[in-house]
Amino acid sequence: MNYVFQFNVVWDHLPELLQGALLTIQLSATAMALGLCLAIVCAYGKSVGPRPVRWVVAAYVELIRNTPFLVQIFIFYFSLPVIGVRLTANTAALVAMTVNLGAYASEIVRAGIEAIPYGQVEAARALGLKRLQIFRFIIIFPALKTVFPALASQFILLMLSSSVVSTISAVELTAITNSLASTTFRSFEFYFVATGLYLAMALGFRAGLSAIYWAVFQRGRAP
Amino acid sequence: MGRSFGIGEFLFLLKAIPWTLLLSLGALVGGGIVGLVIAILRIAPSRPLQWLATGYIELFQGTPVLMQLFVTYYGLAVLFNLQVDAWPAVLLAFTLYSGAFLGEIWRGSIQAIPRPQWEAAECLSLSFPAQLWYVILPQAARISIPPTVGFAVQLIKNTSIAAIIGFVELTRAGQLMTNTTFKPMIVYPIVAALYFILCWPLSLLAQTLERRIDATLGIKTHY
Repeated sequence: MNYVFQFNVVWDHLPELLQGALLTIQLSATAMALGLCLAIVCAYGKSVGPRPVRWVVAAYVELIRNTPFLVQIFIFYFSLPVIGVRLTANTAALVAMTVNLGAYASEIVRAGIEAIPYGQVEAARALGLKRLQIFRFIIIFPALKTVFPALASQFILLMLSSSVVSTISAVELTAITNSLASTTFRSFEFYFVATGLYLAMALGFRAGLSAIYWAVFQRGRAP
Repeated sequence: MGRSFGIGEFLFLLKAIPWTLLLSLGALVGGGIVGLVIAILRIAPSRPLQWLATGYIELFQGTPVLMQLFVTYYGLAVLFNLQVDAWPAVLLAFTLYSGAFLGEIWRGSIQAIPRPQWEAAECLSLSFPAQLWYVILPQAARISIPPTVGFAVQLIKNTSIAAIIGFVELTRAGQLMTNTTFKPMIVYPIVAALYFILCWPLSLLAQTLERRIDATLGIKTHY
């Protein structure tokens, strides 16, 4: 082995890498929030909606879950302009991430909904609550609590797969790393450090999500 | 103006499917070997070995596949002074990646086997490897089939990421055809449809197997 590692080049460019990491975090956090909303709507539609709604949701979920994220990004960024929908790279990335997460998360949320004992729904009905009220006040909160760990790992998977949006020139961490690696010829060093940054972000997101879980579901409750 | 998208272009896409499948299969076999080792290390009666396996899983589940590809690709080049083709680097990266996920899936399956099975095997004075091999693994293997099939779907989809470093499989073939025909609205949906045809039957199979195994284990589901 006669290769000399030069990590000091990487440290010189660290601010740019962190800038990219910031966009990764912003994209991921926004997609998590929007994707969860989409997932809740879809899970509601699939649990209690009329049959056509259930079919549409099922088709959406199956389509997204059985095709690669990369191809989905290409469709949002390269294919849609043909029919007149022109998105910037960042918007296309955000839309693709949201749509992708929505499908996976809706199945997770639905599992949580199905785990609610049916007696609770009957009790709520006996109190005269309407269907949407039952969903809003009785079902969704404990359902989300039950499946929170699964949701959290899906969120982190989304953050990691966001590296793929570098292919449509959304300048997040991977895209910045690519351009720095090719201008400095220090590919290995840059990718090595970027991988470390992703690992740190994954741990950070996990800690953040645990904090959210604690703040939303645990605080002020008897253990 | 580019070529039109005709039967020849479609055949070009079809011919790329074997590469997607070969890569997935290779990574599944290689990753299966790595994963079995990781799963056994995770439950081995030795703390350092457990930490080693946990570290491996954290590393590969906490970083993007794309980064793993880049690090492997450039890492092989600089560490061993090997100018490798895309194929071995991609296969190695996906093997290591699958190893982490399969390891975690199989650890779960092994730990799902009730504790008394271990104790009974120990009463027969079987050694740890013998307990594992003759008593636990045959039972765990059954439980592990549905999630393993589920992971195969994830793997097939993720091999699309190899397109980014220029490995010609289905997604890369789609990119090439888009570049020559300028018809992204036709090519990418076809690529997505081809992935769907590959993945959906496997997804359904995984669901069916899961229900069947839940039924034999007496786990109540909503179906």
